[in-house]
Amino acid sequence: MPDIDRDELSAPAPVHGTPTGAAPGGQPGIDVGRNPAGGAPLQEREFTVRVRTQREMVFRRFLSHRLAVGSLVVFVLLLLLSLVGGRFWRFSYADVIAGDYSLPPSLTHPMGTDGIGHDVFAQVLRGSQKSVQIALLVSLLSTVVGTVIGAVAGYYRGVVDNVLMRFVDLVLTVPLIAILAVLGARVSAKSGNWLIVALVLAGLLWAPISRIVRGLFLSLREKEYVEAARALGANDGRIIFRHLLPNALGSIIVNATVIVAVAILTETALSYLGLGVKRPDTSLGLLISDGQAAAQTRPWLFYFPGLFIILIALTVNFIGDGLRDAFDPTQTRVRA
Amino acid sequence: MLSYIGRRLLVSAPILVISSFLIFVLVAAAGDPLADLRGRNPPVPESVIQTRERLLWLNHPLPNRYWHWLTGIVRGDFGPSIKGVNVGSDLAHRMLVTGRMVALAMILAVLFAIVTGVISAVRQYSGIDYTFTFAGFLFLSMPVFWFAALLKEFLAIKLNDSLGRTVIYTIGDSTPDLSGNFFQRLPNYAGHLVLPTIALAAVTYASWSRYQRSAMLDVLGSDYIRLARAKGLSRRRVMVRHALRTALIPLTTIVAVDIGAILGGAVITETVFAWHGMGEMLIQSVTDQDVNRTLAWLMVAGVVVILFNLLADLLYAVLDPRIRYA
Repeated sequence: MPDIDRDELSAPAPVHGTPTGAAPGGQPGIDVGRNPAGGAPLQEREFTVRVRTQREMVFRRFLSHRLAVGSLVVFVLLLLLSLVGGRFWRFSYADVIAGDYSLPPSLTHPMGTDGIGHDVFAQVLRGSQKSVQIALLVSLLSTVVGTVIGAVAGYYRGVVDNVLMRFVDLVLTVPLIAILAVLGARVSAKSGNWLIVALVLAGLLWAPISRIVRGLFLSLREKEYVEAARALGANDGRIIFRHLLPNALGSIIVNATVIVAVAILTETALSYLGLGVKRPDTSLGLLISDGQAAAQTRPWLFYFPGLFIILIALTVNFIGDGLRDAFDPTQTRVRA
Repeated sequence: MLSYIGRRLLVSAPILVISSFLIFVLVAAAGDPLADLRGRNPPVPESVIQTRERLLWLNHPLPNRYWHWLTGIVRGDFGPSIKGVNVGSDLAHRMLVTGRMVALAMILAVLFAIVTGVISAVRQYSGIDYTFTFAGFLFLSMPVFWFAALLKEFLAIKLNDSLGRTVIYTIGDSTPDLSGNFFQRLPNYAGHLVLPTIALAAVTYASWSRYQRSAMLDVLGSDYIRLARAKGLSRRRVMVRHALRTALIPLTTIVAVDIGAILGGAVITETVFAWHGMGEMLIQSVTDQDVNRTLAWLMVAGVVVILFNLLADLLYAVLDPRIRYA
């Protein structure tokens, strides 16, 4: 729905980057203060009114959520650090530095070293690389699968819905940890491959998403605009992709964000239990499991991996919270 | 009502059977569970291995083994473990050990979630709301094993040092060879329970508190609350009798749906504190490729999850009089 902004009272019309005329349902008639060519205002009026697209409003609402924006910055930095930082650090996670055993944090080893002579910072970088890779992949895969299954079940209802939702029940009845433990013990013993851990996690985490998407589709498909589209002769594909999916997108994106945090916490827990990522590779959960016994005498082994997990999960959760507010059309606290 | 409960349980039974079959195939097809026995040095006599194979039905094809297990379960027989001991023998004890931690942690988490959620909603956008919100997000992002180890290494050890004796235990569910009657043993159980319960409750309450806050905010904005105030009811009465009662409805569902996650958290917490409960059983049985023990764990957890979901639906009807189950 186009929103009319009356913030810019009698101000010189700003030049905006996005052409608002292209907005769905955009009303070019209201868009009087702006020259489409980006030059000087066509006419000076007391009220300069401009249409904002849905996307712009969401974006502006998100930007006004300071904690979420700050978290996004920190999260992107963490992402860069964990995905490519390992290559530029002077030690590799597998390096054993002779003589540097159990050193406390110093300039050479910002997070100290462990009893074998590994640089903890290099290990934490490697561990968070694996954790972040797994979490992003899990989020992507489970969101796509969950959305497709939930959309099909919610749109077609009936037998299709029944069959798919009983399948979801099946996945949700067994506590996640049991299936993960069984699968984890099977696959990681053989390969220790982070990719398999990610696939296993995604294979289970799509279920709650499909429930949410199904619920959304069930209610959205009864809306008048869907009826109107159908009366105009739109087929199922057009209704799903043009009308239902864009309206469900907010919730889907928010849930995809939450899944990133869930995946990080689940993966580290699995690795902590010895059922996820295995040596010679490393993961944040594995590092904590090793460092735990030394928490009193060599606290750096225990603190830093934990802090990394918390930082990643916390920033992701804050971003999700900001997105939830930004997508919420009833949100009135922040002027969009 | 009774027929509703009956129908729900009947629908749940096939789900349990199918999931048990899937897990059975996954675990049973993983490899030779007796590899450890065969590879021992000095070698174990062939006759011992053969006896164990017969006991575990390893010489039968998979479908027969599953059917054997299923008919056993119906009779209440969980079958033998890899080590040849009946799985049912320590199941009750383990359930009790884990059950008391899970139950206490849930009660603690629900109470804490309601209190913080309601205060946050009533004092929206105040300092205390931001504090609770931040704490909630922090615990939501906290790995339970890290927090548990933190409690163990710092809170417990500091407290015990300052008191000069062990009040809070950091290892195990109770001291071995504990004697005396139940009331004499109680302080020991309690001392072992403190840390795991706090750890599990802390990571569990966080999301519930967020739900409670938004549910309470929804209710507080509704017309009937304004009406109740306008009629001259005291703020306190309106908050407790009118607002809170309605705002509790979403929480019951969330708590019930989260039971699976709590059981998962309990497995991890138990590992940190070296408890001999259901968590240890799951980890041991999957690393041993022990089909019968894994399935026993699965059955217990599955039944708990199904019962909790049923309970949530029934509570729903109690809290919301508009809902009736015919």
